[in-house]
Amino acid sequence: MGYASKSPWVIHYDASSCNGCDIEVLAALCPGYDVERFGIINTGNPKHADIFLVTGSVNSRNIDVVKQIYDQMVEPKVVVACGICACTGGIFHDCYNVLGGVDKAIPVDVYAPGCAVRPEAIIDAVVQAIGILEEKSKALQAAKKGA
Amino acid sequence: MFITESFIFTLIGTVAFVVLAPIIGCFLAGLDRIISARMQGRVGPPLLQPYYDVRKLIAKDDVTVSGVDGVYMTCALVFTAFAGGIFFSGGNLLMSAFVITMAALFFIMAAYSSRSPYAELGAGRETVQVMAYEPMVLLMAVCFFMAAGSFNVGAIFNQPLPVICLTIPAFIGFLFILTIKLRKSPFDLSTSHHAHQELVRGTTTEMSGKTLAKVEVMHWCETVLFLGWTGMFFIWGTPLSIILGVVVALAAWFFEIWIDNNFARVKWQAMLKWAWIVALVCGGINIVILAFI
Ligand code: SF4
Repeated sequence: MGYASKSPWVIHYDASSCNGCDIEVLAALCPGYDVERFGIINTGNPKHADIFLVTGSVNSRNIDVVKQIYDQMVEPKVVVACGICACTGGIFHDCYNVLGGVDKAIPVDVYAPGCAVRPEAIIDAVVQAIGILEEKSKALQAAKKGA
Repeated sequence: MFITESFIFTLIGTVAFVVLAPIIGCFLAGLDRIISARMQGRVGPPLLQPYYDVRKLIAKDDVTVSGVDGVYMTCALVFTAFAGGIFFSGGNLLMSAFVITMAALFFIMAAYSSRSPYAELGAGRETVQVMAYEPMVLLMAVCFFMAAGSFNVGAIFNQPLPVICLTIPAFIGFLFILTIKLRKSPFDLSTSHHAHQELVRGTTTEMSGKTLAKVEVMHWCETVLFLGWTGMFFIWGTPLSIILGVVVALAAWFFEIWIDNNFARVKWQAMLKWAWIVALVCGGINIVILAFI
């Protein structure tokens, strides 16, 4: 196992929708679950983060914000869409201003469905994301060596 | 002849410090996180978590805002290494204090170079922190000189009694500013180890990857050096007293973690005011006492 999977730092952004998933994500990150056991830190800084947790659908207002945060993150990085709003737009999909899921703005690696997304589903998704992070990290190292 | 000899000693000390301080500092940082977690009713990360973090940061892609922050941080690391080398080879305490302040200045420059408002705010606060602790550090060195008869740390081994016997007020003052120097709450104004969400990420806001890894390693080395300063007060002629010094240093460090977890961050005005009051009272009283003894 590489070091990327031992110290995954998380950033969370609540794009829009009802905030239900937002609260579930924060609940999963709270001291009760003590995610620091796995080296996870909830940072508020995209430059320090490895995993981007997005909740809520993307609309014409926040699409730039989502892109901004993603662009500021340093490779290797993975994106987890938390909740059905973030996956596809959910119950807000036909709102006049909603563009759809997060993948309308940035590449998404893991989709965690649910309305609201269950903490178990979030943890499952993050575990998968850590696996992908590890692969991306290895690919980056190989590319660096090749270059 | 004398100069070359002390120069070689410093060089050996620096090499030893460069090898040992990151290892010891890394373990201390890991223990810090576990003890803090236990104080908060959590299990906490593995002991080697700080090492994993740094390894991960090194493996990240190279992204820099200004292009020079990495260089500034390298300078900060080099000066930290020299400060440690000077101190642990028994060299000049005052010199060690000045060189470690140089490291702090390079850290400030690294933060300023990004031109980010958050990083600039952090750099400004770090500057205030330097202003807050520096008078007490100097007074501590002066008291050490008056008690030991020399600025050379090696002089403690010629003493019949530990330096602390004559410098209790200065030591208390030093413990006060140690919290500022280690950037622990309530004085974690420039960059906080716990609050990742807030404005107080400060100085390191724009740093990522290897540059951030350098900040972490510098912090490990600083911790070892400052705990060395703490232990120095309790060591005298008998080599066995080194054990006492280490025990006291670890106790002081545990005390710092306890403070860190129990006190809320203060405003910079309060920090500056109290640091200077403590410096003038503790340092002043101690100098007066020593002048009359
Ligand atoms: S998926 Fe459901 S709970 Fe989550 S943000 Fe959308 S509407 Fe709210």
